[in-house]
Amino acid sequence: MSTSTDSFFNRPTAEIINKKLSEALKPTELDIQDQSHLHKGHSGAPKTGESHFYILIVSPLFEGKTRVSRQKHVFDILKDELKEKIHALSLKTLTPEEFNSLKF
Amino acid sequence: MSEKNIQDYIKQEISDSEVLLFMKGTPVFPQCGFSSTVVQILTQVGVKYKSIDVLSDNEIRQGIKEFSDWPTIPQLYIKGEFVGGCDIITEMYQSGELNTFLESKGIELQKPSI
Repeated sequence: MSTSTDSFFNRPTAEIINKKLSEALKPTELDIQDQSHLHKGHSGAPKTGESHFYILIVSPLFEGKTRVSRQKHVFDILKDELKEKIHALSLKTLTPEEFNSLKF
Repeated sequence: MSEKNIQDYIKQEISDSEVLLFMKGTPVFPQCGFSSTVVQILTQVGVKYKSIDVLSDNEIRQGIKEFSDWPTIPQLYIKGEFVGGCDIITEMYQSGELNTFLESKGIELQKPSI
């Protein structure tokens, strides 16, 4: 599994996201990017970082599901974090087959 | 408004407009990057739509999240159906699926005048 999230030093929220999504979705790819720095000073954005995330998840469990139901599944897994910590979440949810067809 | 009235109001709005966008701010002054992105896409596609600013009413802001069981804004509805938020609309736009979807629903798109 490739991930750009090898180190979670000082990134407790990213670490929780990684753990929950890995357990629930058995992803073949998981990329969690903290994009909070792009939203500095934006109203409602906490100053602590770890508020805006982009996540790419590739999982066979998305097979045969619509985009809406895939994202709902992810929202459901992260519902506690969405309530308290995550201000904005950008998702790309793909099946392994879809992900491979993007690589050429 | 009571909780039930809010849900009725949302239901009514969604059935009254062929294309309806719940967003933060207005198409002219979007108050959030994700809402702004969807506005730009809808403009590019050339579809007429109605927008509701959730920042103007906290009850609608909470109510729409409950209605769709979707925790974030913006939310796009086409012919009564929840189609997605910013990520999904962007993906559908980039793949050309959004145009096909709108046309399949019999919604007229205005070709950009050259």
